[in-house]
Amino acid sequence: MTGPRKGRITKISGNMVTVSFDSPVMQNEVAYILHGAERLKSEIVRVRGNLAEMQVYEATSGLKIGEEVEFSGELLSVELGPGMLGQIFDGLQNPLPDLAKQCGFFLKRGIYIEALSDTQTWDFTPLVTPGDRVRAGDKIGFVVEKIFKHYCMVPFFLQGNFEVVSIENAGKFTLHQAVAQIKDLNGKIFPVYLSQNWPVKIPIRAYAEKLKPDEPLVTKMRLIDTLFPVARGGTYCIPGPFGSGKTVLQQLISRHADVDVVVIAACGERAGEVVETLKTFPAIIDPRTNRPLSDRTVIICNTSSMPVAARESSVYTAVTIAEYYRQMGLHVLLLADSTSRWAQAMREMSGRLEEIPGEEAFPAYLESHIASFYERAGMVRLYGGSIGSITIGGAVSPAGGNFEEPVTQATLKVVGAFHGLSRSRSDGRRYPAIDPLISWSKYKSFIDEKQKERGHGILRRGNDVVQMMKVIGEEGTSLSDYIDYLKAEFFDFVYLQQNAYDVVDEATPKDRQIYVFDFIHRILESEFTFEDKDTALHFFQQLRQLFKEWNSAPWRSKEFEKAENEINVLLLERLKKG
Amino acid sequence: MQKLYSNITQIAGDVITLEAENVGNMELAQVMTKRGTSLAQVIRLDGKKVFLQVFAGSRGISTGDKVRFLGHPMRIPTGKTLLGRIFNGSGKPLDNGPELTDNLIDIGGPPVNPVKRIIPNKMIRTGIPMIDLFNSLVESQKLPIFSIAGEPYNELLARIATQAEVDIIILGGIGLKYDDYLFFRDTLEEHGALSHSIVFMHTAADPIVECLLVPDISLAVAENFALEGKRVLVLLTDMSNFCDALKVISITMEQIPSNRGYPGDLYSQLAARYEKAVDFDTAGSITILAATTMPGDDVTHPIPDNTGYITEGQFYLKNGVIEPFGSLSRLKQQVNAKTRDDHRTIMDTMIQLFAAYRETLEKRAMGFQMSAWDIKLLNYGKLFEDKMMSLKVNIPLERALDLGWEILHDCFLPEETGIKKSIIDQYWPK
Repeated sequence: MTGPRKGRITKISGNMVTVSFDSPVMQNEVAYILHGAERLKSEIVRVRGNLAEMQVYEATSGLKIGEEVEFSGELLSVELGPGMLGQIFDGLQNPLPDLAKQCGFFLKRGIYIEALSDTQTWDFTPLVTPGDRVRAGDKIGFVVEKIFKHYCMVPFFLQGNFEVVSIENAGKFTLHQAVAQIKDLNGKIFPVYLSQNWPVKIPIRAYAEKLKPDEPLVTKMRLIDTLFPVARGGTYCIPGPFGSGKTVLQQLISRHADVDVVVIAACGERAGEVVETLKTFPAIIDPRTNRPLSDRTVIICNTSSMPVAARESSVYTAVTIAEYYRQMGLHVLLLADSTSRWAQAMREMSGRLEEIPGEEAFPAYLESHIASFYERAGMVRLYGGSIGSITIGGAVSPAGGNFEEPVTQATLKVVGAFHGLSRSRSDGRRYPAIDPLISWSKYKSFIDEKQKERGHGILRRGNDVVQMMKVIGEEGTSLSDYIDYLKAEFFDFVYLQQNAYDVVDEATPKDRQIYVFDFIHRILESEFTFEDKDTALHFFQQLRQLFKEWNSAPWRSKEFEKAENEINVLLLERLKKG
Repeated sequence: MQKLYSNITQIAGDVITLEAENVGNMELAQVMTKRGTSLAQVIRLDGKKVFLQVFAGSRGISTGDKVRFLGHPMRIPTGKTLLGRIFNGSGKPLDNGPELTDNLIDIGGPPVNPVKRIIPNKMIRTGIPMIDLFNSLVESQKLPIFSIAGEPYNELLARIATQAEVDIIILGGIGLKYDDYLFFRDTLEEHGALSHSIVFMHTAADPIVECLLVPDISLAVAENFALEGKRVLVLLTDMSNFCDALKVISITMEQIPSNRGYPGDLYSQLAARYEKAVDFDTAGSITILAATTMPGDDVTHPIPDNTGYITEGQFYLKNGVIEPFGSLSRLKQQVNAKTRDDHRTIMDTMIQLFAAYRETLEKRAMGFQMSAWDIKLLNYGKLFEDKMMSLKVNIPLERALDLGWEILHDCFLPEETGIKKSIIDQYWPK
């Protein structure tokens, strides 16, 4: 052995550094720049002759030509094991609270901390006995992490069948003590630990088969669940101009979605938004588990002022962690905010590499990178027969709010649902600002298909009348058209819009959605007759106000019944008149 | 003494190239020309070639001029001695005061660890109902004022600065007209605010590259005060000039432009500055207000577009008023629940009705007959514009809320407002 392979810096441009080397190097290999006492992490992104171009995961100020670089021989990897739930990592899986303890207010460059504590012990319970047949991904035991049995699995990289040689008895172990030994057909022994490493850019595939996503994922957002549902193991995207409420929507979904684990990738967005999540989640109790929301959440946080290269890897770090929990048979939701920043990070790198640019200077491989990221979602059947899933929801921040731009277009090709936010809805304070006229979903809703179609139909009809009224005016519009318009507005106001700041209205469970939608469907189907437009307008305004009361009343409470009765009285009165 | 280099091989735009060794990336250098000494910064290293961005511009630089590398990045003095002082874009005094060299710190320091931030929770009162009531400004917020040339954005900035309760005001002028600079100085002085202000002034007459330093210098000084527990308000005007300077440099460096000639990293560059806004856990805070003029009043232009994705909302200043649509304070929900319990209701209702009023205006402009409801809306809109939107209005939030109820009462029946019955019962004027 001759020690680590080394190279020397020959060029520095922004966070792109070129290194000359004389021993073999690997594409995407991690290397460290030795700058005084600092070791700056970088990744090789292109090799030309004896020059390797590396993206540096840190600021490059002060670096000099001729400084030494050490190649690690490894791909960029994350450590997967107990201790991730409730943690806040940066894009390279450094735990931010530990960094704060060590460095204070600022993120000093070149400081890397073990992702998972190697001193903490976990109570291990074995699930196999010597002689058992196992393969990659099989559970050999578990520890209890917050709310789950956190399974200890046979390393994912192992191929073929193995036999358990020895397994530890129940007891306390750290992550780096072997809990089992397994051997392959040739008798070669492999140790199994509570944690394992995995390169982030390669999907974990230790499962039997990938299934079709057809089970609705309840987000408790009425507009989504009813009209544009998301399936477990499916993908969706939320493009929208700035200020249209992408992040608020993502935060609401992260709180209320019916899943086991939520991985949040805050990618190149505002630090303040992450702070809100990480300070409020420990205080919010998840009704499903009666534990703080933070117990089911992992945050990967690489905000906009943190180094760009780490932003590029943060979404991969996030999806790898999600895949790890899926291997345990859990349902995982990955929320990436925003994938446009990730795409921009690729663009910056591509520009520095002087690659020939594609549309809007994005690299030509933008589309395939986006596709392969979303393809890591999915519902899978594990070897043991249990089911796990990853649902990916990506926020997209199109330049100028224009959905024609490359990132939105590339995303739309690969996702199963599109929740397009519109400026006009958010300006009118109609939240969530998902535009029902442009959005779509390929997944099945738990709402009756016919009722749903009727609901969607009245929205389109209402919009047609609005367009018509712009030309011929309200006075030229027939009363029946005008009533259709009022019905559409009513449906929008009392059902599609949800008040995120009302404790009851912010999340509507499945049963309530089915019940209320059925009720509204009856109103939409009813034939009302009015003397004139003003009476019609007044009636729907009254109805709207009563529904607001109803929406704020807890499901199946006294107030709920009372509000429902008041609505029924008003409706009966009206129908009698008609 | 550092070695002097005199082999300048290329001068292109405001970037000069020379051969030198042992130079650090982003390091500072002095270029000594016949007309004086200018600061320059290393922006790229390629073998022996060193690319320097010259802050005073390359005009008049000769290939025989000498360059000295200083061995450190750009630094700026900090501390109380700066208060009341006025400097230029590279930190040199403009006010005949002494040059300062105390407590030098590097500009453009590392980002704050998100876990050391706290959720912003203190409202900054401005006396402007369109801000206090509809889009409350919050300590540690970063907020641009989107506007176009000719609008009174500098007046608005100055008014917020003099009325806001903060410890220190830092004004960073970027390509500012000289009259505007004098206006700021005089306004701060009139209101007795100059003694706790620091001004970094790059005027339109100064070399364009020099303005690139202004945000970093202003924010580095602000950060230093914030760490000492001070609440700092940073005003930057006009950030569009900063972006244009970035564009000039990146094109000189032959980088591939992404959108209308702006560099692909415009978002990251802006974010690195705006994200300095912070409310530190156990220390002070930085709030940033930045005027951004939109070329052609186009909000989809790369400058306002990238800015809007970074900042926590924006104020649109149009026709002399803060436009309710498009204007947004993303942090308002952190503070407007604690002011008065009708705050959010008034905020939402008045805006929704105002949106309906705008639609009615359109209808009227097209010559359609006005219904009874339209006439109510027209009446409402007029009152709203006169009593709430006008920037002449200067009233505390509570008064503005009462005024809101009065306007609603004057124009509508309770059920027409869509407000929940329980709140109507409590607040509707009898």
